[in-house]
Amino acid sequence: MIEVLSAGALATVQDLGRTGALNLGVGTSGAMDPLALAAGNILLRNEENAAALEIPLFPFRVRFTHSTVFAVTGADCAPRLDEAPVLPWWAHRADAGQVLSLAVPSTATWRASRVYLCIAGGIDVPSVLGSRSTQLRGAFGGLEGRPLRDGDRLPIAEPPGRAKTGFGITPPGLALPLEVDGLTAVRVLPAAEYDSFTPSSHEALWSEPWKITSQSDRYGYRLAGPELRPQRPMELRSHGIVPGVIQVPHGGQPIIQMRDAQPSGGYPKIGTVIDADLWRLGQAPIGSRIRFVLCSWDEALDASAATRRWLSNARRLVELYCNQGAVR
Amino acid sequence: MTTDLPQLSLLGTTALLFEAPGETSLTTQCRIWALALEAGRLPGVREAVPGMNNLMIAFAEPPRHRGQIEHRLIELWHALEPLPVAGRCLDLPVVYGGDGGPHMADVVAHTGLSVDDIVAIHSAPTYTVYALGSHPGYCYLGGMDQRIATPRRKVPVLRIPRGAVSIGGSQTGVSASDGPSGWNTIGSTEVAFFDVERTPPALLQPGDCIRFKTIRVLR
Repeated sequence: MIEVLSAGALATVQDLGRTGALNLGVGTSGAMDPLALAAGNILLRNEENAAALEIPLFPFRVRFTHSTVFAVTGADCAPRLDEAPVLPWWAHRADAGQVLSLAVPSTATWRASRVYLCIAGGIDVPSVLGSRSTQLRGAFGGLEGRPLRDGDRLPIAEPPGRAKTGFGITPPGLALPLEVDGLTAVRVLPAAEYDSFTPSSHEALWSEPWKITSQSDRYGYRLAGPELRPQRPMELRSHGIVPGVIQVPHGGQPIIQMRDAQPSGGYPKIGTVIDADLWRLGQAPIGSRIRFVLCSWDEALDASAATRRWLSNARRLVELYCNQGAVR
Repeated sequence: MTTDLPQLSLLGTTALLFEAPGETSLTTQCRIWALALEAGRLPGVREAVPGMNNLMIAFAEPPRHRGQIEHRLIELWHALEPLPVAGRCLDLPVVYGGDGGPHMADVVAHTGLSVDDIVAIHSAPTYTVYALGSHPGYCYLGGMDQRIATPRRKVPVLRIPRGAVSIGGSQTGVSASDGPSGWNTIGSTEVAFFDVERTPPALLQPGDCIRFKTIRVLR
């Protein structure tokens, strides 16, 4: 069990998301940075999809009621176990009664804003429609379908009993960087209405920085930048959409759909941030600026393959380290 | 963009969007339902999700070469028989206007019709559930009279309440839970469209229908 002492705001239980319920109108939810969640689970020798806590606002504090192996991934939030500083992206053991404190992330080491607290065994909330992720709009999944509050107690599944401590991995923010002019960049595939926008809108999309405004959350990122204009107004029939879709409402300021986005919509779509780069977006802080990079289908699939390679390499190194320890 | 051919486009690497040609119609939607059944069984497809005269194909694994599945979808589209409508009908009592219908004035301004006309036109048809989407249990309805069509809002509203009856472009619907929306809310009703404890969790499914019963008009 872990007990939340200070919940901050909008912290939720997430796994890699809920698939297969789109026909009920249920979106995917899941970690905004799936790479940090999967890598944290790999460090603990959990299944990659084990549920963890996603923490966007700080300070955040939890108490471990039992001896527990854990890892803090995502942003660099100067974690402390009781008073002692501990490394992020590293497997640690906490003794029963110890308190873990997470502070406002530093972006001096790598640029990220969300933290994942992964626990050996995973957070043991019930799986609803195939996932433990919190569905905020539907108020189910996670812990009672809501963000965490002070005093919440979260059950931990029985760990496989083989998690080890004392090692870590390099965060993808350092291992897989992608920047243009010093700004976080994400790759985009043009979507259905791309050709219906004006040439100057295309020019702006690819060459201007886009600010992530304060009206941005797990549902979507509302961006500020030059106005994007269709050649003529469009009213579309509602259709399925996915996280990463860049909609352009009639006001001309784009909105990127994120993990809690509705699974359908009708605003014109100028493009879609590729699946392989959604973690970069999930970690981009409010107020920061990002750049869009045009890519091809093949490049997008290659990017997904590169991400998978990075994860399987992490898995391989962790297994190597742990088995070596067993022999010694 | 008038063409007799379906349009295919990408939703990143996660999904493909298939859009039927022509005016929105129930006949086309019956073909979309038929296509969804077949497309959901194609290799590499996780889920085929009907929209309004369109279909999203969500990949379990995106294919390196898209040509094959695109070709197969178009082939199926031309070969398939429409699935017949067979559903039940739900009557929903609606209070139009007032605090529960904050954008009625925008619909009046856009259409040039009176509140009474809008209410009469909106509550006249029997609406068919074309698809579920947007949020858990939400129904996309076909059959709205185009005289009350009103563009989606320039900037989406951050929160409209469960039970909100709204118009977005040429469509209408009822919010199943509180949340953001770009549609114009003209009234409110009370109904539980979704309950995760229920099997199936969604109250209605494609092919069912809804009738709006006016209980009051507030000005």
